[in-house]
Amino acid sequence: MMGEPAIKPETKTFDKGIEQGAAKLTPEKIKQTINSVISGETGARLKAYVDTCVHCGLCSEACHFYLSHDNDPRYSPAGKVKQTIWELLKKKGEVSADFIKGASEIAYTQCNLCRRCVMYCPFGIDVAYLMLVMRRICHKLGVTPQYIQDTAHSHSATMNQMWVKEDEWIDTLQWQEEEAQDEIPNLRIPLEKEGADIFYSVIGPEPKFRAQLIYQAAVIMNVAGVDWTMPATPGWDNSDMCMFSGDNEMMARLKRVHYEAAFRLKVKKIVMGECGHAFRSIYDVGNRALGWKMTPLPVVHAMQFYYELLKEGKLKIAKKYDKPVTFHDPCNTVRGRGLHEMARYVVRESCSEFIEMHPNREHNYCCSAGGGVINCGPPFKMTRVEGNRIKAEQLFAVKAKGAKTIIAPCHNCHGGLEDIIHHYGLDMELKFLGDILYEAIEKPAA
Amino acid sequence: MHAMYDLVSGPLVWIAFIVFIGGSIYRLVSMALLARKKDPMVYAYMHPKFALRSIFHWIVPFASVNSRKNPILTIVTFIFHIGLIFVPIFLFAHIILVKESWNISWWFISDGAADFMTLLVIGCCIFFAARRIVQPEVKFLTSPSDFLILAVIATPFVTGFWTYHQWAGHSFMAILHILSGEIMLAVIPFTRLSHMLFFPFTRGYMGSEFGAVRNVKDW
Repeated sequence: MMGEPAIKPETKTFDKGIEQGAAKLTPEKIKQTINSVISGETGARLKAYVDTCVHCGLCSEACHFYLSHDNDPRYSPAGKVKQTIWELLKKKGEVSADFIKGASEIAYTQCNLCRRCVMYCPFGIDVAYLMLVMRRICHKLGVTPQYIQDTAHSHSATMNQMWVKEDEWIDTLQWQEEEAQDEIPNLRIPLEKEGADIFYSVIGPEPKFRAQLIYQAAVIMNVAGVDWTMPATPGWDNSDMCMFSGDNEMMARLKRVHYEAAFRLKVKKIVMGECGHAFRSIYDVGNRALGWKMTPLPVVHAMQFYYELLKEGKLKIAKKYDKPVTFHDPCNTVRGRGLHEMARYVVRESCSEFIEMHPNREHNYCCSAGGGVINCGPPFKMTRVEGNRIKAEQLFAVKAKGAKTIIAPCHNCHGGLEDIIHHYGLDMELKFLGDILYEAIEKPAA
Repeated sequence: MHAMYDLVSGPLVWIAFIVFIGGSIYRLVSMALLARKKDPMVYAYMHPKFALRSIFHWIVPFASVNSRKNPILTIVTFIFHIGLIFVPIFLFAHIILVKESWNISWWFISDGAADFMTLLVIGCCIFFAARRIVQPEVKFLTSPSDFLILAVIATPFVTGFWTYHQWAGHSFMAILHILSGEIMLAVIPFTRLSHMLFFPFTRGYMGSEFGAVRNVKDW
């Protein structure tokens, strides 16, 4: 077809990783890398998505970046594809280092891979996949934002996201166990219990920054009388920034270590803490990378786990949370697993007043932290906060209806929403579902 | 003029249909083979029930959230696609040509209805072109090829309307009409018009992923 005017994505933010990586590029390396990824790792999906897109622009309204930038077309899903993948294909890989810098910034920091646009494209074109292809190319070229690359290095070196050493991990669990024993004297966090029903895994930031979540989970497990365990070896961390940095090989290794820890302990199922991207990595991406069509043993997100415990009567509500709450559906548990109704059941059981935000469920707006964007660190904080004004508007609207607390059962959503609440002056509380449940359930008297 | 007419209404018709049908089969088969080789997951995860569920929600007007958010575009799009397919197949003049050649015929619409639908299709093309010029998010994605594709679609309808109404130069227009119709058919498999071929597969695959793996709707 006829040529399109040349497109050059601009670099808006200085990032050391992107800058230094791009400085080492040569035209030959760029061309060779792009073409090896395109011909070696992509196929019918990429071709069909590029050939089928009729440039209608209907995906635009799906994207929080587009909506938050006063409908600037450069931020629409197809607009971002035009500035990256279309241009690469059109030029057959003959693009400049500056182009790669701009494309890296778009793919890593202006798309959360939230897949909302997939539900707005009449053809079901998977823009998240196309952005991941772009990230894969950037990863192979070594042009990745510094902070997410550091996290990927931590994954490679330690098999967890936060450079947590093995003894620090065990020590943290024992510390939380002791703390929780003040409340429930016979409480245990069973390490390495072979044959337990449940393998409980969390993300690296839990032992690092949010150890109280492990405490709360231990209380919930003990009160419910669940037979559970956590591994004392690598594999305890279910998170996966390599999935988002484009390091697919390392992503698969991480998932293998996680699954192997569960197999070694001969558990019946994996239950995960409240994290969205980790769920996506275990339930949807990692299993495929390792050759399993679906997960080799059941993988249950905390939301579903709480739902089941309440339904089975293993948890009873003593006192409902009394401030009006609203619920934020994380993309990876709603568009990734359809857990929205289960979550609402838990919220209604444990809170006295629940007010829906709009849009909600599978149409909820992303927090703008997911997909590795928050992991790109401080240089891009304002990219995601200002790129999600629409989220603040959505929250202001539900606040006007009386909501005081936002429940978000995902770590990335927490990071993103905290910054949005602060930046836009929302003055709302933010909680995990586990925070609410821990407070609300009947516990044995100490 | 007669020689030209004989050419466009004879051999070129055959060529156009052969390129259209052969090209479509080639595109579908080569894409299926490429998927088998490079994206075998598409076969593993394609799920007939969820694929059809998703396709259904996207070919029925207002069955998806986005089609309800853009009601005018939804109406225009459906009128356009229905007219585009319906008018050429059920036009009395076309059926007569087929009957004269092979003595087969089928149900047809009245000339008045065909005239009206033709104007609607042309109007829709103008709407799409205007949208590409006026709406920033569409303009940003638009390349000259998008206007060319619209022209390829609109030309057979404009020239057909002209010919039917016997306006000045209608015999030349008749030739242009046949020729442009042939061009339209022949380029379908090799341009973005191939979305006609791939829609059931891209939509069906995404419907399968959302339905069977992710347990959620995609509309």
